[in-house]
Amino acid sequence: MNTSIKKVLLLGSGALKIGEAGEFDYSGSQALKALREEGIETVLINPNIATVQTSEGVADHIYFLPVTPFFVEKIIAKERPQGIMLAFGGQTALNCGVELYENGVFEKYAVQVLGTPVRAIMDTEDRDLFVRRLDEIGVNTIKSEACETPESARAAAETLGYPVIVRAAYALGGLGSGFAATEEELNVLLEKAFAFSPQVLVEKSLKGWKEIEYEVVRDRYDNCITVCNMENFDPLGIHTGESIVIAPSQTLTNSEYHKLRELAIRIVRHIGIVGECNVQYAFDPFSEDYRVIEVNARLSRSSALASKATGYPLAFVAAKLGLGYGLFDLKNSVTRTTSAFFEPALDYVVCKIPRWDLGKFRGVDRELGSSMKSVGEVMAIGRTFEEAIQKGIRMIGQGLHGFVGNRELKIDDIEASLAAPTDKRLLVIEKAFFDGMSVERIHELTKIDKWFLYKLQNIFRTNAELRKLSSLEDLSDNLLRQAKREGFTDFQIARALRLDTKMGATQAGESVREERKRRGIMPMVKRIDTLAAEYPAKTNYLYLTYSGTTHDVRFEGDNRSVVVLGSGAYRIGSSVEFDWCGVQALETIRKEGLRSVMINYNPETVSTDYDMCDRLYFDELTFERVMDIIELETPRGVIVSTGGQIPNNLAMRLDAQQVPILGTAAKYIDNAEDREKFSEMLRRIGVDQPAWSALTTMDDIHGFIDQVGFPVLVRPSYVLSGAAMNVCSNMEELERFLRLAADVSKEHPVVVSQFIEHAKEIEMDAVARDGEVIAYAISEHIEFAGVHSGDATIQFPPQKLYVETVRRIKKISRQIARELHISGPFNIQFLARENDIKVIECNLRASRSFPFVSKVLKVNLIELATRVMLDLPIDPPSASLFDLDYVGIKASQFSFNRLQNADPVLGVDMSSTGEVGCIGDDSRDALMKALLSVGHRIPQKNILLSTGNAHQKADLLTASQMLVENGYNLYATPGTSRYLSENGIANTLVRWPSDTESEAENVLDLMHRGGVDFVVNVPKDLTPRELTNGYKVRRTAVDLNIPLITNARLASAFIAAFCTLKLDDIEIKSWEEY
Amino acid sequence: MLRQQTTPSAKTSLISFRVNNSTNDIPLKHSQQPINNENMQATLILEDGTTFQGRSFGSKRSVSGEVVFNTAMTGYVESLTDPSYAGQLMTLTYPLVGNYGVPPFTAQADGLAHFMESDRIYASALIVSDYSECYSHWNAVESLSQWMEREGIPGITDIDTRALTKVLRRHGVMMGKIVIEGDKPEDVPEETYGEVNFVERVSCKEIIRYNEGAEKRVVLVDCGVKNNILRSLINRGVEVVRVPWDFDFNTMEFDGLFLANGPGDPDRCGRTVRNIQKFLANEQVRPLMGICMGNQLLAKATGATIYKLKYGHRSHNQPVREIGTNRCFITSQNHGFAVNAKGLPDDWKPYFENMNDGSNEGIRHTSKPWYSAQFHPEACGGPTDTMFLFDNFVKLL
Repeated sequence: MNTSIKKVLLLGSGALKIGEAGEFDYSGSQALKALREEGIETVLINPNIATVQTSEGVADHIYFLPVTPFFVEKIIAKERPQGIMLAFGGQTALNCGVELYENGVFEKYAVQVLGTPVRAIMDTEDRDLFVRRLDEIGVNTIKSEACETPESARAAAETLGYPVIVRAAYALGGLGSGFAATEEELNVLLEKAFAFSPQVLVEKSLKGWKEIEYEVVRDRYDNCITVCNMENFDPLGIHTGESIVIAPSQTLTNSEYHKLRELAIRIVRHIGIVGECNVQYAFDPFSEDYRVIEVNARLSRSSALASKATGYPLAFVAAKLGLGYGLFDLKNSVTRTTSAFFEPALDYVVCKIPRWDLGKFRGVDRELGSSMKSVGEVMAIGRTFEEAIQKGIRMIGQGLHGFVGNRELKIDDIEASLAAPTDKRLLVIEKAFFDGMSVERIHELTKIDKWFLYKLQNIFRTNAELRKLSSLEDLSDNLLRQAKREGFTDFQIARALRLDTKMGATQAGESVREERKRRGIMPMVKRIDTLAAEYPAKTNYLYLTYSGTTHDVRFEGDNRSVVVLGSGAYRIGSSVEFDWCGVQALETIRKEGLRSVMINYNPETVSTDYDMCDRLYFDELTFERVMDIIELETPRGVIVSTGGQIPNNLAMRLDAQQVPILGTAAKYIDNAEDREKFSEMLRRIGVDQPAWSALTTMDDIHGFIDQVGFPVLVRPSYVLSGAAMNVCSNMEELERFLRLAADVSKEHPVVVSQFIEHAKEIEMDAVARDGEVIAYAISEHIEFAGVHSGDATIQFPPQKLYVETVRRIKKISRQIARELHISGPFNIQFLARENDIKVIECNLRASRSFPFVSKVLKVNLIELATRVMLDLPIDPPSASLFDLDYVGIKASQFSFNRLQNADPVLGVDMSSTGEVGCIGDDSRDALMKALLSVGHRIPQKNILLSTGNAHQKADLLTASQMLVENGYNLYATPGTSRYLSENGIANTLVRWPSDTESEAENVLDLMHRGGVDFVVNVPKDLTPRELTNGYKVRRTAVDLNIPLITNARLASAFIAAFCTLKLDDIEIKSWEEY
Repeated sequence: MLRQQTTPSAKTSLISFRVNNSTNDIPLKHSQQPINNENMQATLILEDGTTFQGRSFGSKRSVSGEVVFNTAMTGYVESLTDPSYAGQLMTLTYPLVGNYGVPPFTAQADGLAHFMESDRIYASALIVSDYSECYSHWNAVESLSQWMEREGIPGITDIDTRALTKVLRRHGVMMGKIVIEGDKPEDVPEETYGEVNFVERVSCKEIIRYNEGAEKRVVLVDCGVKNNILRSLINRGVEVVRVPWDFDFNTMEFDGLFLANGPGDPDRCGRTVRNIQKFLANEQVRPLMGICMGNQLLAKATGATIYKLKYGHRSHNQPVREIGTNRCFITSQNHGFAVNAKGLPDDWKPYFENMNDGSNEGIRHTSKPWYSAQFHPEACGGPTDTMFLFDNFVKLL
């Protein structure tokens, strides 16, 4: 290895966003682990405070600062590392690295880029260069023209022939790309693409080809391996991030597999990758013809998936290779005896399924295409394809039971739906089978390989066999075993036998379970060992399958296992923060000499890294599977409070089976989750809450609304992050929404609550032991209530709360902790207007903000909570939030640019995909860092204001004044312009798009010609006209990549910050320096 | 069955190798509806008494043989037709098998099959976890089960092949039987793998010439050669004279000697070893390359010994390192015996070694152009990293 390297800077990927999510926490953590093992001092830049990599003990110095050339250069100047790693922080880190290289920063500070050289990265990123480089070695690429102007792009499309695909160069995950079948469609795409990139690529479309990927590793001695190949279930045309992906490939012959492998190695050698790299192919389904789609010269979502799918730690190895090791120097970390120079042999099949949350966005286009929209993914492991895909379908957590056994989907035109796939396409295929459509026909319409369709048909047919029976007695052992091998749950079997209509869903599933156990049909635990059992493995990376007759591991029954339930797929409202919580719990358990056991199935996480715990069950978090594992492990206890809502929802059912739940008892969890019970408790202890009512009849609703008036908040209970939650301002809206909501959940009542406007929202994150609060953190939202707490900008410690408010909040929290006998983490959300405090919600589990407050406070609340749950002695923390002489600000990352047509407005339903947390000496400093980290830029010159209703306009008056004083030109829409002028603030009037009378410039034209570099658009109300006009402005800002803020209070705070603090004044301080 | 060709004239058009000689000109659809689960039971019984219950596919015939496992994830067509698997019940650890069906048995102009490694299935049986009754591939004409049935080869599916592999790993390979429902285990004739001269069974019986008249001529000793070794030489423009395993080629005129792969115990090939010794002792030094069994026979010819590995190397992911360098390769392997490199005389050196278990992966002469590899540079199936060994050989001629 290179011994001159003593200190290395690693760039993280920042906030989670569509196309760049938790996988980079995993890659970065692995790389840091590899560096630490070498005794190298590490510096990490990543504003994503909820990640595991930004935890204590992972890197030596952590900067919660934006991953941009400006900040990275400042940190290089300060830290003077000898080496930098660019490959572990996604496209964000790679782009930043390329820019720093081009600016000569690395040269200036004598920083060596470790791993793949920047020149090689540029060869893969610039399409023209890329094609030329591959031409040199006779490798086929997709015929593509790089165009710098719309005219040349149109000409290129004409030459290539429609349909064409358009991509923006240097963009992550297909941002600004799409298919165009006509010139009109092309024009729309071009404008967007050019807003993201100066170069646009026009290519001939190969829709319907297979899409295959290889993960390749190369060391500096030119030794190469392909660790994994993967095949997309969905044909080319659907972005790989949107595709179901299978590993290893299923439909390639030996000759095809090795042809593509050989090409991948030839490419990687020619480009000169050192470390890890991903090669994507389009592959003709009717010959061995191929095209290389792209090469990612860095760790990627696919590489994280490949690592989990094979057990080969790609990021760890890539980091070591970057330090100069050869692959032959390293050991296979699973067997610990064999070499790291090898290619894993799988003896199972892996299926990745994306998770979408398109239902959360108004107006969004649901059709899957060449741009990524999914927000998370799951990985399912099985020994049949049927088992893996049915597990996966359940894992995505959208209420599906598998490929069959779901509530019937209403589809008007099955053929049309098959041809235009959406996130529901699997359900459409099932429906097509139900209607008797042949595999051939489905294949014609979907271009999905027939092999996959035959396998799905197997599931459908087994279900049909089951449906012929009407009782468990009729069910043969063979058919039952076959169904289980094909991944049916006990509940799916019960439903096929229609037992659920006889005895209710829960009982029906459990009756099949009892019968199955009686017949001795049980799942087996198998190990992922990279060598298909050829050599003994040392790790405990496990999954369960019904295709097996023996377990790979022994169950000690020594009462030392502690099971932690993970958080499942990342989704809006639950992501890396719960991974952090899970990992902290595992580490605490391990430190105590207990056996830490994790159950989780998200390949983008650190908690599913097999060296984070003593046993990893990479499997479902369904009641059935969790019970399977618990019955084998017979653990001392199960932790349900660090994985978000999924484990929390299991608490009652596990408790009913006498599973020892650690921490707060299940019945108290239920008392907090069940609004009725919770409300009753609050009444009893004299704590106020917004008026609410459980909806049963329309008369009740009218009576309730008469009392509280509009607006009201409507939501069903037992949901996460306000799914299907809405604010209704009038009776018509309310009635319409309720019709939809009633379909969502019948088991739990839908509630209507009074919606309080202009109130502050305050969060209490705390840990209690036997009902006594032992540590807490109170934080304050910058936005008023009405913006979902997951979207709000949060400051901690609170900066503008009355001492009296804080005192009352503490008192109420103590009362609640006592009443619910809380032992472990909990979170309460409050509304405060003056000193009038109301409780909105209480969760007896860790919340989204636990990593943020833990890191700002420098007290690990999860470690504390875990110790409480394990009944270990604790030292109550000494740090108090009032002692902090700095501020932390958590800001949200939105991915509206990925979600075509979605309205980027914030409301009671959460829409952010990630967050950052930055620390500053004061709130301006922290806010600047946080907002710059989520993609805002300090505007240069021109700002567009469109500031909502009178109240909101007044809120922004001071800020507007400040902008003018600082030399900014203001453009304003009519109402705002009038208001500003009346208050003596100079501005230029622009007209609404709907206004054809006015002579002023159309606001959209202003934006399109690049006339503004910051937009503040605050929606006034929900009238259709306002929505149309405002929507166009907001959407245009997003599509043109102009920073946008839609909340008056946040806009004011940001304006105040950048008007009084210059970029160069921002403090460059690491975490430990606060 | 067209097994041996006595004339090298094969400039004929495509020849069908179909056993029943049925014509091949009506291609089957490359996928079809699943055959209904016949659900005929079958049992795998190992020598030590361990049994596994499964379902039969392919030929409904009970069989015995040496049970081995192969961890490759693709290439069942190539593996089944590899003569080195003769006498063995092949377990595939990758569970999903049959996905892409079976390609047509068409032949190249020189008579070699396009897509197969020989002219028929040589493994005695196939053991899998999840046989895929439906297949999908543009080049497939029948299902794996149909092919195996045609060739009289039984298969067993629904087996916990991982559990079976662990048994073989701990105990070492052992004899076993697949017993089809209705048959009695004791009625299945037993064979002791080590006592059979499989090389004699699979080797060509007469000389076959390919690419006749080319500038350089290579004699290839057929101990059970895979087609892709032949193709790899032919495609590099040399004439190949394929001789039976025990034929004394020393009387012939040629420019280089090639020792091919083959099944079974190398100790049964004393005659071949003696022929090689003659070649090595010849004053005229000509290049020599060996593969797999060829490596072992060459080592024996130098005086080194061979031992049986506990459970062999059968996979596509075996890492080898060229000794004394930083050059590493992923290789395809299929062997149950290995060379004891410590017994090599001074003028021979180990060439490659296995990075997992340190076993010998090839030998070379310190000064003469003679070398061999334990792995399969010709791939088919498996990785193609070491094809350069053929280039080197042809350059030396």
